[in-house]
Amino acid sequence: MAVGSVSMRRLDEVLQEVPFFAGMTEAQLGLIAGCGSNAIFDAGEVLVREGDAADTFYVVRHGTVAIDLHSPTRGSLTVETIGPGEIVGWSWLFPPHRWHFDVRALSPVRATAFDGACLRGKCEDDPVLGYDLMKRFAQVFIDRLQSTRLRLLDVYGDGA
Amino acid sequence: MATAPEYVPAPGAMAPAPYVVRERVQETADTWTLTLEPLDGESAAVAPGQFVMVYVFGVGEVPISVSGALDRPAPLMLTVRSVGAVTQRLCASELGAVLGVRGPFGVGWPIAAAGRADVVVLAGGIGLAPLRPVLLHVLERRAEYGELVLLYGSRTPGDLLFRAELELWRGAASVDVTVDAADLAWQGKVGVVPQLVAGADFDAASASAFVCGPEIMLRFGIQALLDRGLAAARIFVSLERNMRCGVGHCGHCQLGPTLICRDGPVYDYETAAPWLRVRAL
Repeated sequence: MAVGSVSMRRLDEVLQEVPFFAGMTEAQLGLIAGCGSNAIFDAGEVLVREGDAADTFYVVRHGTVAIDLHSPTRGSLTVETIGPGEIVGWSWLFPPHRWHFDVRALSPVRATAFDGACLRGKCEDDPVLGYDLMKRFAQVFIDRLQSTRLRLLDVYGDGA
Repeated sequence: MATAPEYVPAPGAMAPAPYVVRERVQETADTWTLTLEPLDGESAAVAPGQFVMVYVFGVGEVPISVSGALDRPAPLMLTVRSVGAVTQRLCASELGAVLGVRGPFGVGWPIAAAGRADVVVLAGGIGLAPLRPVLLHVLERRAEYGELVLLYGSRTPGDLLFRAELELWRGAASVDVTVDAADLAWQGKVGVVPQLVAGADFDAASASAFVCGPEIMLRFGIQALLDRGLAAARIFVSLERNMRCGVGHCGHCQLGPTLICRDGPVYDYETAAPWLRVRAL
């Protein structure tokens, strides 16, 4: 992974274009941007490993990543793919702050990486920011849960 | 609101006409595409979205949507998933076998309703089969339409229909495919097909959408289209119930005040939505 720091103004501009952050105030975006940095991954590169400390989350800006899970009997399986504008990772929010899946770049990926500990600290200091972020992550949880429920139903199976 | 074409019963509506199996292509582990030709004369012209009743002699009869119609007499192409006694025998038909065909029945996709605007095709699983004629129709008249967007989902990569054509269609259409689950050999998307709608490139103010697949997927897919701003009257959906007679006599396929075999299987969502919300229907 290549990591590069960018100017605060530049990252603020980047975040304004991400739907996840839509409607946030400049001050809030400034606080969040202070925990962010650019990250670049080659196709096939692993962003995070299951069981590792979850101290980061990503906003994918270009490219696609796969969320994988390894099964001893079925090998590695892709359970979801995440594309531009979408969020990867919420384990940084909740103890024990460990990744539950592998995340792998399917293509060259440019992302913004956020330091989870830094952002948790800012959320503790600023509950309004914390509540706003939590609502936004809750929407991501809901969307992924809906997707998971639909797949649990196996709608393409014989009985659905 | 766009209106569906008027229903006209087929000349051979009640007596099965003998058709010969000329080609049999395995699409997936459980799905085959059969090409049939009439024993005598020409195939009936079939509009995209219409269906036929196919009789496996001595076994039974099933409704099958036509997957290869091009608005003109042509060999009858049927893509069939082997899920029951009749479809198992149908899929196992040998070349030269004779099947009975009644129809075509129902009203098809009102593709003309799209005018020169964008066309969105949203398909799940075997639902791509009845939508293939829509894609072929637009691809043959590419300059007459705006963007052509295919959003297609299936259970696994191995369950994708028309895989070679999907790659060909990418040249003239935006093709976005997702699967419910995959191993690492799959480099495409994993997720459900309604998720593809948000990122699709079409003008929701004027586009028309043609939707077919499992009914649960339909509900979520249509909601995603509505969320994008597509009008319910410009979302067309192919519905399925227990079609038997094909001519609106037996009543098995009743949906609200309509009979799907006669008044459908294609409805605009503005019309069909109230009935789909009634659980007993």
